[in-house]
Amino acid sequence: MLLRRKSGEENGQEMKKIFSWFCCALLATAVGCAQPKKPSHQIEVWHWMTDRQDALEVMAKKYEQETGIKVKIELFAPSDAYSQKVIAAAQANVLPDIYGILSKKAIVASFIKAGYVADLSADFAAHDSAWEKSMFVKALDVNRFPEGNIEKVKPGLYGVPIDVTNIQLIYNKKLLRKAGITRPPETFTEFVSQIKALKRVGIVPFVSGFGEMWLVECFALNYAFNIMGEEKVFKTFRGEVPYTDPDWIQVFSVFKTLTDHGAFMQGIVTKGNKLAEQDFALGRAAFAFNGSWCVNVYHDMNPSLEYGVIQLPPINSALPMRMWGGAGSSFEVSNSSPNKDKAISFLKWLTAKEQQVFLSEQTNNLPANREALGAIPQVLAEFSRVMETVTHPSVWPLNEDPLALETFVKGIQSIMIAESTPERVAQDVAAVKERQLDKMKR
Amino acid sequence: MFPNKYVIWSWTRNSLLHVFLLTVMVSCLFPIFWMIRSSLMTNQTIFVEHALIPKDLNWSNYIVAWTKGNFAVYFINSMVYTVSVVFGIVVVASLAAFAFSRLRFPGRDVLFYMFLAAMMIPLPGSFVPLFVMMNKLHLVNTRLGYILCMINVGLSLSIFILKTFFDKMPSDLEDAARIDGCSRLQIWWHVALPLAKPAIAVVVIYNALNVWNEYILATLLLNDKDLMPLQRGLMVFNGAYQVDYPVLMAGLTMTALPIIIVYLIMQKHIVKGLSSGAVIG
Amino acid sequence: MPVMADTRDFSKGPLDAFKNSLFVVPAVLIFSVFYIYPFFNLLWLSFHQWQGIGPMIWVGFQNFQGIAGDKVWWASMGHAAYITLIALTFQNALAFALALACDREIRMKRFYCMVFFIPPVLSEVVVGILWNWVLNAGQQNGQNIGLLNYFLVQTGLPNLVHNWLSDPKTALTCIAVVHSWKGFGWGFIMLLAGLQTIDKQYYEAAKVDGAGSWSSFKNVTIPMMLPVIMVVVILTILGSMQVFVLILSLVNQGLVYHTEVPVTRILGSMFTTNQFGYACAQAVIFGAILVVVSFGMKKLSNSIKQA
Repeated sequence: MLLRRKSGEENGQEMKKIFSWFCCALLATAVGCAQPKKPSHQIEVWHWMTDRQDALEVMAKKYEQETGIKVKIELFAPSDAYSQKVIAAAQANVLPDIYGILSKKAIVASFIKAGYVADLSADFAAHDSAWEKSMFVKALDVNRFPEGNIEKVKPGLYGVPIDVTNIQLIYNKKLLRKAGITRPPETFTEFVSQIKALKRVGIVPFVSGFGEMWLVECFALNYAFNIMGEEKVFKTFRGEVPYTDPDWIQVFSVFKTLTDHGAFMQGIVTKGNKLAEQDFALGRAAFAFNGSWCVNVYHDMNPSLEYGVIQLPPINSALPMRMWGGAGSSFEVSNSSPNKDKAISFLKWLTAKEQQVFLSEQTNNLPANREALGAIPQVLAEFSRVMETVTHPSVWPLNEDPLALETFVKGIQSIMIAESTPERVAQDVAAVKERQLDKMKR
Repeated sequence: MFPNKYVIWSWTRNSLLHVFLLTVMVSCLFPIFWMIRSSLMTNQTIFVEHALIPKDLNWSNYIVAWTKGNFAVYFINSMVYTVSVVFGIVVVASLAAFAFSRLRFPGRDVLFYMFLAAMMIPLPGSFVPLFVMMNKLHLVNTRLGYILCMINVGLSLSIFILKTFFDKMPSDLEDAARIDGCSRLQIWWHVALPLAKPAIAVVVIYNALNVWNEYILATLLLNDKDLMPLQRGLMVFNGAYQVDYPVLMAGLTMTALPIIIVYLIMQKHIVKGLSSGAVIG
Repeated sequence: MPVMADTRDFSKGPLDAFKNSLFVVPAVLIFSVFYIYPFFNLLWLSFHQWQGIGPMIWVGFQNFQGIAGDKVWWASMGHAAYITLIALTFQNALAFALALACDREIRMKRFYCMVFFIPPVLSEVVVGILWNWVLNAGQQNGQNIGLLNYFLVQTGLPNLVHNWLSDPKTALTCIAVVHSWKGFGWGFIMLLAGLQTIDKQYYEAAKVDGAGSWSSFKNVTIPMMLPVIMVVVILTILGSMQVFVLILSLVNQGLVYHTEVPVTRILGSMFTTNQFGYACAQAVIFGAILVVVSFGMKKLSNSIKQA
């Protein structure tokens, strides 16, 4: 009874529902038929560089006009999801012709060993190494696996850098002048006295994205290289020198000194680099530790910002200060791609002088092609000065165990919030390192 | 006389109540206001200018977000995904919940507890096996693949909510239907679903919100720009190297609007829905 | 669990059972492809040492032994429990108070209902940027940048100005408060709905018996609301134990180890230290604990109901 009454009202609704079922089925079939088929005269590129999408699209169009080969550029963000996607796509064997690997060198090595990446050595060496010679050596090194590398990868060059980058100390000229400082610091002692001068006039001395572990790692290892030299750092990684060594305690003490003098902006240990860049662009701090990509960011947020670039002021005058740098972003070519030659030709074209100048002008990044250096803005040129001496974990013979590294960085953060001391952190890191070494032996 | 005292008491109590409500209200409205305000500024003024209403209203951010962010395509995609996933979940989950609640078959309780447990065990980073399997099924880079994945994401909770509702459903309606000669499917369709409308509203708003804001699975499973949902456009403005804050805010405002409208439409049903027993269990 | 409802006609023989089970086929099908398979994969991986790509090495129970002695992991569990506790008390009390207020016949009721649901709808990006600004501890030209610190100075409480997110004493509480703010809308709407189902006759009856507003709250509202409260509690536990996007947006990779929660630890093991197998083992343990807690809560609620 009740049902009869109800269904009367519901006839209309039922029709609607049947209709939507129909639509859904239609949609599903349409989708099923629209499986993309890959034409072989097209190159597919995957990347994560959100700020370069427009410039790359322009390049792709230009390339199609010149050669008739279509280049499909797909951008994926955020970068964490992208790196997962590439790993997943590799294991399912559906990598595009050109892609970037956004991971540590050990992961890149696994990609190569599994046969996902084409060895480009022969292409770089062709025509009397014309291609190789046009590029920054340091940029190529990031993608190079030398003879006898620890990952046991077949020696070769496995990627094409499209731009270079390095991370340095940036200073706000106006704020330094306000504190009566006429030139940026050349030694660590001078750096500390300038910090005091800035504090006296109420200016926050230093900001950086120290909530991101890699920036802390970079800052600390820069000083480690300067204090004890790279060989001793590598020896520590191998387990031959303990972290309780006085040199390492001096590295940790750098952070203690800076903390004690109030150098850091409040809240620096939880600050992301985006927020730190904002702070520096708005003139909230006199110094920042940041990479060359910041030129673009600062330009966008505060075009009138006056700033200069220097290396970190060294502690030990006997050893050089070596900043981190190298390839900003690189492209790999899929080894199983049927368009391998076409993909390589495209990358060759993309890293030629004309295209590099265009990319550099459009995106304010340092070009990977050194012949393109002539035409770049002043600040970028300042960044490029240290390009010949930069270093990077990717070019080291070995890297620190990730767990020991985590303890290392977290320990430094605890010094910055005055929760721990350099000596205690040294012991903590040494303990974890020892445990990891034991595990390796087993 | 004494009504006075009563009036004063009730008046103070009411105003105290409103002060409390208004305080919370301000904390909820402020983000929306701030988002819209920021969307009308430029990257250079956004962190410098302090006036509540910015001097120059920069409406072009919306145009930039719409065109440069490719929002026209993404909007349609997001609509398609949201509607299909929500529709799919309602059908699949209500069928299962109905069976779990009203029908008897071997392994029923085990199955139900399995769904319940799935609600609680997170699968972080299960991307690789998922992707490899989807690839075998030829579902990578297809709308259908993404839709099925998202249906799975909302399935457990929806079954849980709908089952608690069906448990409360009076059995006399079902009896009447059975006497009228209805089959199981007809009872589900003619009796259970209409009665469950309010609970379905809860499921709809919950899953619509989920699908509309999803981007990780979309990034993982879809390659073509033409298949991507809205959030992907936003991620580009909130990029790794650079953030275009005002355009990001304009995009966020545009993406928030439809979901607020969905909520407004469903709100009536939600309040009624839960009151009818959707969560009483 | 509620007793099985009326199943009379449709449970006669094996054929009926088969027909009945057809109802769950679509759900089970989708579920097994997209959940069961990845789940067993996770379980399988938890017995391996693997860096996400490349060869896998079988290590037996080594990962689980590692977790047992992993102080940071168990501390992260404690942090999540702390956030959950604040969400259970503060967030749900707020939600309940607002629901009680809106249950009365007050002006702008519909408007309040709408507004209180705005935070759950907001994108995490907006929430992150906004609260970073509110809790910012920096200064420029002697002025506080952060809204909260600025407000404290303006209202004559400069002593309370604080480095909110970088002090281990306050960071976790700040995270919990923001989380509660973002989540109370769900509890509010569910509890309000529950309140409206209570038959007003019960209140009348209590009044006749001479009960004051407190005693009618205690004797009518609370018992009648118990089932709804239990569901809100379970959902709050699940939501708060698994919080992590908010943490990333407020303190990035964390304030030393003071803001770690299980999910950030799992993601860290996966992507920062490349121990996929270990991360999977962590996920298994975490999931098991959540299942036990949730079913425990369900048992508890059933026994309270029967008492």
